[in-house]
Amino acid sequence: MNVIEVKQLKKIYNTTEVKVNALNGVDLTFEQGEFAAIVGPSGSGKTTLLNMLGGLDEPTEGEIRIGGTNILELSSSKLIDFRLRNIGFVFQAYNLIPVLTALENVEFIMQLQEVPKKERQQRAIALLEQVGLGDRTNSRPSKLSGGQQQRVAVARALASKPKFVLADEPTANLDSKSTANLLDIMEELNRKENITFVFSTHDQRVVNKARRVITLEDGQIISDLKKE
Amino acid sequence: MRKNLTLAWRNIWRNRKRTIITAASVFFGVLLSTFMTSMQEGTYSKMIDNVVSFYSGYIQIHQNDYWENKTIDYCFTPGNSLLETLKNTPDIVFHVPRLESFTLMSHGNNTKGAALIGIDPPKENHLSKLSHWVVEGNYLKPGDDGILLAVNLAKNLGVEVNDTLVLISQGYHGASAAALFPVRGILKFPSPAMNNMGGYIDLKTAQNFFSVPNQYSSLVLMVSDYSEVNRVKHSLKRDLADSYEIMSWDEMDPLTKNMIDADRSGAYITKGILYTLVGFGIFGTVIMMMAERRKEMGIMVAIGMQRSQLSAILFIETALIGLIGVLAGFAISLPLISYLVFHPIPLTGEAAKAYEEFGFEAAMYFSVQWFIFARQVLIIFILTLVIYVYPLVKTYGMKLTRALHA
Ligand SMILES: Nc1ncnc2c1ncn2[C@@H]1O[C@H](COP(=O)(O)OP(=O)(O)O)[C@@H](O)[C@H]1O
Repeated sequence: MNVIEVKQLKKIYNTTEVKVNALNGVDLTFEQGEFAAIVGPSGSGKTTLLNMLGGLDEPTEGEIRIGGTNILELSSSKLIDFRLRNIGFVFQAYNLIPVLTALENVEFIMQLQEVPKKERQQRAIALLEQVGLGDRTNSRPSKLSGGQQQRVAVARALASKPKFVLADEPTANLDSKSTANLLDIMEELNRKENITFVFSTHDQRVVNKARRVITLEDGQIISDLKKE
Repeated sequence: MRKNLTLAWRNIWRNRKRTIITAASVFFGVLLSTFMTSMQEGTYSKMIDNVVSFYSGYIQIHQNDYWENKTIDYCFTPGNSLLETLKNTPDIVFHVPRLESFTLMSHGNNTKGAALIGIDPPKENHLSKLSHWVVEGNYLKPGDDGILLAVNLAKNLGVEVNDTLVLISQGYHGASAAALFPVRGILKFPSPAMNNMGGYIDLKTAQNFFSVPNQYSSLVLMVSDYSEVNRVKHSLKRDLADSYEIMSWDEMDPLTKNMIDADRSGAYITKGILYTLVGFGIFGTVIMMMAERRKEMGIMVAIGMQRSQLSAILFIETALIGLIGVLAGFAISLPLISYLVFHPIPLTGEAAKAYEEFGFEAAMYFSVQWFIFARQVLIIFILTLVIYVYPLVKTYGMKLTRALHA
């Protein structure tokens, strides 16, 4: 079954004097287990598309189904709950709650899901070990490097057992070593656990790792390549 | 809930300095306000005590219409049902009879009109500590045939202890009343009004003088606590209103009551301004707190935290800062005020004189009633609630895409 299904998605920004067609009729589906990159020049609509897929913003027109649910029909608090249970997020930077330790950040999302304490802790520790931070569980974000913070963010995104993980330029603020490291971790999670990743990027190294590359220009898909 | 509390607690210490400054403003607000309220209440209860103990008692019972006319024709013999009711009202500690009217007092060529109050000497002393104010001569003995005179009146009449005074008045239903009274003692009250007022004689003697055997013009009630006065009054009114007039101290002395009310409203304004300033201080902190954390709050809601929970955390943060301020304020004001209740601050110079003119001992009095403190908690809580409107509106109105890119 398709994890994400998008039909005729349009987004027009009226906020500025000129109308901006940020997305101009996008049709797109993602299947379970994909490792897909959305690329394109700055201003092509990558962030806008990811926001739509994550239920963070509403399209002007079109349809978004996630695991079969039409998320545009959900009330605002139902939508928050839907995101909590179905979508993992990794943002560009400063993803984490600064007053919580790495472990607490990962646990936090499971707390919102009301996962029992014991299970929560075990899972958070296991996830942090998976992203190579088993020894930094009690560090607050300010004591972690940018790469480490992004790895905690990935662990947090996975903690809720989402249908897929959305990452908006997750490596934008990282040096090449941390970028490679983060990508390896994501790729491994994808291969071993069949977790679906959809990310936007500028970075050619990230593009190279992706098994599917969707290119946007002026709010339209101009190519959609799958490598096998 | 516990998680919210933990998050809120950690959040407020992210900017330690700002939290301390904000809590400090609450602290000073609470300190000033409790101190001020405590002093007010202390002073008021002293004023009331004065009125009550020198003169009116907390509650008086009269024959209907006595207070309007204040003549000997409106006196009464307390019936069994009245005495029974007084006995069965638990907050009435005791009651004291008085027989009061107006007389002409003369000595030599001097004649003055003055109040004459017939009292039961030991009972009256129990109520108003009248014997305290005897500066010359002696207090009355039961059945005494002499008179105690207020100091200014005595001066005006030119009498001294052991001189004899002629009293002329009207007795019951126009009967004439005249008699000679040796001066037993001179009374000097702390209040000038009282010093002009009149004379005290024994109750029995007064009843004979006015030809009203076994009758009183008032029963003065002592109530266990000031705060019980209204309750007792209403309960008595319910049982006795048909035959008797029941009046509380504030009805008999509206002047003091008005003075207290006026002072209270003035103080409300001062405290209102004080707490408005404190409120704006907290509000400023909340605004800054939220501006700094816009992106973080966006992320929290994006990953799945309900806006209601986010705003609850912000509320707890505000409330915690307030609570720290309040508790710190109490930590200082409670012991300080408790001490001052038993050790009033003595006044000197002009202030002291002004106090004495109003019939007070020259000292600043304090009160440590629970409501003084409870009220601060309530005010800070209400402030927090009002300020909470801001985070509430902001979190519910927050646009995620904007917040995330803040
Ligand atoms: N909130 C907004 N208001 C107005 N225009 C916007 C807004 N967000 C994005 N845009 C415009 O929409 C277009 C697509 O932007 P975006 O999705 O951010 O592209 P990308 O992520 O590929 O750089 C751009 O022209 C951008 O200026």
